[in-house]
Amino acid sequence: MTIQILMPALSPTMTEGNIAKWHKKEGDEVASGDLLAEIETDKATMELEAVDDGVLGKIIAAEGSENIAVNTPIAVMLEEGEDASAAEAAAPSPAPAAQPEPAPMPQAAPAPEPAAAPQPAPAAPKSNGARVFASPLAKRIAADAGIDIAAISGSGPHGRVVKRDVDAAIAGGVAAPAAAPSAASPAPAAPAPAQLPVVAGGYTEVPHNNMRKVIARRLQESKQTVPHFYVTMECEIDKLLAMRKDLNARAEATGEDYKISVNDFIIRAAAFAMKKVPDVNASWTDEAMLLYNDIDISVAVAIDGGLITPIVRNADQKGLAVISNEMKDLAARAREGKLSPGEFQGGGFTISNLGMYGVKEFAAIINPPQSCILAIGAGEQRPVVRDGALTTATMMSVTLSTDHRVVDGALGAEWLQAFKVLIEDPLAMLL
Amino acid sequence: MADQPTETNFDVIVVGGGPGGYVTAIRAAQLGMKAACVEREHLGGICLNWGCIPTKALLRTSEVYHLMERADEFGLKVEGVSFDMEKIVKRSRRVARRLSGGVAHLLKKNEVAVFDGHGKLAGKGKLEVSAGGKVIAGLTAKHIILATGARARTLPGLEPDGELIWTYKEAMVPEAMPKSLLVVGSGAIGIEFASFYRTLGAEVSVVEVLPRILPVEDEEISDFAEKAFKAQGMNIMTSATVKGLKKGKDNVTATIEADGKSRDITFDRVILAVGIVGNVEDIGLEGTKVKVEKSHIAVDEWSATDEPGIYAIGDVTGPPWLAHKASHEGIICVEKIAGANDVHPLDTSRIPGCTYCTPQVASVGLTEAAAREQGREVKVGKFPFQGNGKAIALGEPDGLVKTVFDAGTGELLGAHMVGAEVTELIQGYGIAKTLETTEAELMHSVFPHPTLSEMMHEAVLDAYGRVIHF
Repeated sequence: MTIQILMPALSPTMTEGNIAKWHKKEGDEVASGDLLAEIETDKATMELEAVDDGVLGKIIAAEGSENIAVNTPIAVMLEEGEDASAAEAAAPSPAPAAQPEPAPMPQAAPAPEPAAAPQPAPAAPKSNGARVFASPLAKRIAADAGIDIAAISGSGPHGRVVKRDVDAAIAGGVAAPAAAPSAASPAPAAPAPAQLPVVAGGYTEVPHNNMRKVIARRLQESKQTVPHFYVTMECEIDKLLAMRKDLNARAEATGEDYKISVNDFIIRAAAFAMKKVPDVNASWTDEAMLLYNDIDISVAVAIDGGLITPIVRNADQKGLAVISNEMKDLAARAREGKLSPGEFQGGGFTISNLGMYGVKEFAAIINPPQSCILAIGAGEQRPVVRDGALTTATMMSVTLSTDHRVVDGALGAEWLQAFKVLIEDPLAMLL
Repeated sequence: MADQPTETNFDVIVVGGGPGGYVTAIRAAQLGMKAACVEREHLGGICLNWGCIPTKALLRTSEVYHLMERADEFGLKVEGVSFDMEKIVKRSRRVARRLSGGVAHLLKKNEVAVFDGHGKLAGKGKLEVSAGGKVIAGLTAKHIILATGARARTLPGLEPDGELIWTYKEAMVPEAMPKSLLVVGSGAIGIEFASFYRTLGAEVSVVEVLPRILPVEDEEISDFAEKAFKAQGMNIMTSATVKGLKKGKDNVTATIEADGKSRDITFDRVILAVGIVGNVEDIGLEGTKVKVEKSHIAVDEWSATDEPGIYAIGDVTGPPWLAHKASHEGIICVEKIAGANDVHPLDTSRIPGCTYCTPQVASVGLTEAAAREQGREVKVGKFPFQGNGKAIALGEPDGLVKTVFDAGTGELLGAHMVGAEVTELIQGYGIAKTLETTEAELMHSVFPHPTLSEMMHEAVLDAYGRVIHF
């Protein structure tokens, strides 16, 4: 068995590192504890020691390689008796993850920082057949509900998926509005058939279905032709959570049929923000800007094999309970494949929420011809400074991706600000 | 008065040094917070000084006594078995003292400042400590956690006098063995004392207002325990109330009403065990937003009161009123304050409860009736001690293990036991619940032979029609 040496996370904040120096050459014998390499992080240069005995079979990331994502293979160790060909086979040939971010966006406008999103491809890492840590009960409930447990983010010790996570996923509309376009990580640029991966363990070929082809085509087109830029803000949602609790308690008390989710608030707030800043509700054409009359919000919903974006139409004219029930119905029918085309085609703005997976923040790919997509992270307790003192609040990071041809930096920021005001003071949504 | 710490500003102050308070203070210190603990009487609180621990010492005595009476059964010759009440009580006090000293050491080791005195809120982020009627320290902290505990509840007409009419406190240090004893209330506290005094030979009557004893336990377990107590000669009156107590010179006459009839019965002593009330008085709650409901402080799932910066844990808050609940609640409270990862509100369905009478009673989670009331379809498994080799070898063939599963998901909803050593066994089911095992993992677990724990396996198998040994 060859052993892959991965770029280690040498500090809690480290996401990528550079190879400052290799202390061993290919073919060198290595004993556990030997100094293998020096890794340069954003903070310091640290030593990488060998954990196992063996021979350094292949160096994948050469000295001087930069911005190698954590957990990307950087070398292959051979155990006794193995020859170098095993190392070749084990090395992922083009080491795709090791490549630095695609060039920064075409420099334009005095836009706010492009947020250089390290694009962590949110939903992908779990579903690669690696063991999912989940309680037996959680696994069983998920299986009974037909949910892929790998798609659920765990809140138990060390990220273990427990019953409450599965219950929440079911309550929040199964794997819920999720896996936004961004989940479909940038498809290989050119369909070069010669680039089939060479992996020791072999692989299974899964032919694309239509949805997969559409996702690949549209998102590739978007990322290649739409000049994206990103603005991120942190919103405090304690008031919103309190109001949600209050409203849902009311439903229980009066027997009214609704249970409002945080996402329902987000839909309403986005709709209201669009009313305030209507210029974002637009599409680019070569001849003219198309400004939409209606505020129709698409919401990304993960479904078996992909995702779909059903639309809450005229969301600015609907109350929370109506939005909530409509969304539940749309999500349920989306999962059953029973949406009519009119229910998911069109829309002027998309919301993609990966909060329920514990994603802190991410940047989504615009769903053309729309010009904006809002990526929602998890609401979580974070330290905040208030009146000069450190305290905690429930914060949610949101990132707006916009088509710079339609929405300039200031406009995007203005919209996001309007959204933040509504989310942080949800009473304002009643006006 | 011992030397008081000189430091007055803390990150966290815990008011009360019981199992909730001192554990909370230690955990806060572990998390890097500057922590203080204010205790007016004894470190270790009621649990350690006047509750859980000293009663276990007493009950161990009665257990050994009971076994000595059964010596012949085991082929032993023991003659003239008797006891010395003074020595029994002395041992119990010694055990409590030793552990209280241990708590002081633990607090010191974790660098928790301990103030000997009465803590009282004195404005936002402020706490006054007084001793002997004088304010001895003014402390400040961003977070103040009230862990002031509870005391015995008294009812009109049923007031303890400490001489003839006891609470747990006097019942724990009797000077002599009463010939006859009335225990009012059949919760854990009442039943433990009833069991102790009965085993040592007192004529014991228990009055319970509800239709069955140990009313929070599963009905089948209550019934089993009641039969066992009756077989030991205990007089048990359920659906009965004590209307009044009339004190004589060295006895008390109780007016007991049951089945619409009223009777007067005279006892040497009476123990009142009719619940507890929270210690919410004189701790400065006036003028704060802290809400008190039925003598207990109202808190959210993170133990926060309505007043920012003030928290409450343990017996001064809602049920279950158990030491281990208080400790765990306190740990969650400070971890939440510290912003630690993986903190979740306490799930009360995972808190085991133990009663150390003979036979012992232990349980965790939902009773069968409670599970059905929730509208769940359940699978119930049972296994009697008679079917277990170790139980027979121990000479403890009376007992029952019962499991309740959700029929749909296989979730272990509850487990209920009565019999020898079950208080040491319940923990297995507690772990199973916390790890969210289903019946499948429990069935796949290998239980060592010969142990009482095999019954836990069999009770799971029985719920699915696969029991082997019965």
